[in-house]
Amino acid sequence: MTPPPSVADRPRFDCRDAYVATLSELAHEDHRIVGVVNDSVGSSKLTGFRSSFPDRLINVGIAEQDMVGVAAGLANGGRIPFVSAASCFLTARALEQIKADVAYSNHNVKLCGMSPGLAYGELGPTHHSIEDIAWLRAIDNLTVIVPADPVETSAALRWAAQVEGPVFVRVSRMSVPQVNADDYTFTPGRAVTLRDGGDVTLIANGTVLWRALVAAEQLEAEGISARVLSMPTVKPLDVDAVVAAARETAGIVTVEESTIAGGLGGAVAETVVQHHPARVTILGIPGFAPTGSAAFLLDRYGMSPEGIADAARSLARHG
Amino acid sequence: MAEAARQIRIQDLKLVHHARAGHIGGDFSAIDILTTLYGAVLDISPDRVADPERDRFILSKGHVAGALYTTLAAFGFLPVAELATFLQPLSALNGHPNRTKVAGVEANTGPLGHGLPVAVGHALSAKLDASPRRTYVLVGDGELQEGSNWEAMMAASQHRLDRLTVIVDRNRLQQGATVKETNDLDPLHDKATAFGFAVAEVDGHDHGALLDVLAQVPVQPGRPTFVIAHTHKGHPISFMSDNVAWHHKVPGEAEYHQALTELEDKP
Repeated sequence: MTPPPSVADRPRFDCRDAYVATLSELAHEDHRIVGVVNDSVGSSKLTGFRSSFPDRLINVGIAEQDMVGVAAGLANGGRIPFVSAASCFLTARALEQIKADVAYSNHNVKLCGMSPGLAYGELGPTHHSIEDIAWLRAIDNLTVIVPADPVETSAALRWAAQVEGPVFVRVSRMSVPQVNADDYTFTPGRAVTLRDGGDVTLIANGTVLWRALVAAEQLEAEGISARVLSMPTVKPLDVDAVVAAARETAGIVTVEESTIAGGLGGAVAETVVQHHPARVTILGIPGFAPTGSAAFLLDRYGMSPEGIADAARSLARHG
Repeated sequence: MAEAARQIRIQDLKLVHHARAGHIGGDFSAIDILTTLYGAVLDISPDRVADPERDRFILSKGHVAGALYTTLAAFGFLPVAELATFLQPLSALNGHPNRTKVAGVEANTGPLGHGLPVAVGHALSAKLDASPRRTYVLVGDGELQEGSNWEAMMAASQHRLDRLTVIVDRNRLQQGATVKETNDLDPLHDKATAFGFAVAEVDGHDHGALLDVLAQVPVQPGRPTFVIAHTHKGHPISFMSDNVAWHHKVPGEAEYHQALTELEDKP
């Protein structure tokens, strides 16, 4: 029997295209929506948006603290600002504004972290945004979403636009295959079971979710049944899905394009330790990365499909 | 107006004395500005705190929350009795204002350099809406050492936000020393002018002079306004005024009674 086609063979998409298409649709539907950028019009692919809505794309220049404060003020005035900036600068440079002006003040601001994780590859650790999830996960009153493909990026943005309150969404530039169905609906705080399985669980999100799915394909070929949970919402986490995985399978491998300290893996480990102790292997980026493309670095840190399968196999056999 | 400000100072003195904490020096340098804004300038009232078309006042120097609470209470935004809960466990009246807990507060400030960017954002929203609503933000002079203010001032000028008024509580003192000997702001007037603002200087304890400049929006069409309000920390208490020690010192019993006497004896 011919094996089903692999996720790896599907066409690849830059999620920023889904981002700008969705933001433009939303802006046509709701006049309150505005974009706020830090000279990041091109890198956010917002030149078309600017042409359609010249007054509604506010470029504060290279000034991230001001950018997030201005967004909070726009929200105070009844607008729904979508802040669009490289995640490394948005989350590091303006962290206190995100905490005080947006989350603590409960201003209705949507923070879109563009080109997160290792997207800037060879530009190095100053431009990598591997810490964003850990930082933002520690801030109260902020939903943290890491979409895995264009469908989920679009769905998460649509949800963010209609919910009242602070939201952070990562928008990837690294090309990824579509892993969610065309009619996918985003539900905050809920995991999506993309593959069922009883031997071991893979929990992933963002640009590495498809790699976890390919790892599961490889494991299936050798008789290991891997459950794959897509976890787009890092905060609030789907505790029930994590506890069920801990209870029903030999262990959990988390896979993320961010630091191994305090990200998705940290959230899963905190949950498992408190609710149902189980083996957890956290795959991610251990520190400042050496020179290399994003794909090269992900492979190097054990997040090739083979690397993920190795980690899962080890848990399945020895968990 | 002078009587309102005097009563607010008395209330604030009692507040700090009761809580055994607060920032009375900065409270007293700002109270005449706050009284003028709430008493005669801001188009806002206790029954319109959620009106989208209200004027916005953002207290950027959030550590003078006590002055804001007593002013809000004096103008009916919160019950005067609630002031007794200032800094008490689970009180809505935190050491720094919280808009989700206190009606009339527009932004949760405290860390410095946050209010001015938020004010610029609100002024932008009003401009997008073609609304006449105005935006006022009160910043400390020491606070202007934070770079975020200057980012926001560039944006205010770039977007020609002439219904935005930045008020500087120019009491010349920061937490532990004078601004001049710490990281001098002068020439502040020239700096603000260079950043594209229409600049006015005023006695920050003269209600008439404050009203003249704060009610005038815009001072210069196409330019945001920058009001340097010359004040004295601890004003008008004899032993507090211009004394850096009173940034967040709490008056003892004798000091409390002397300050109360000085305030009550003033016309």
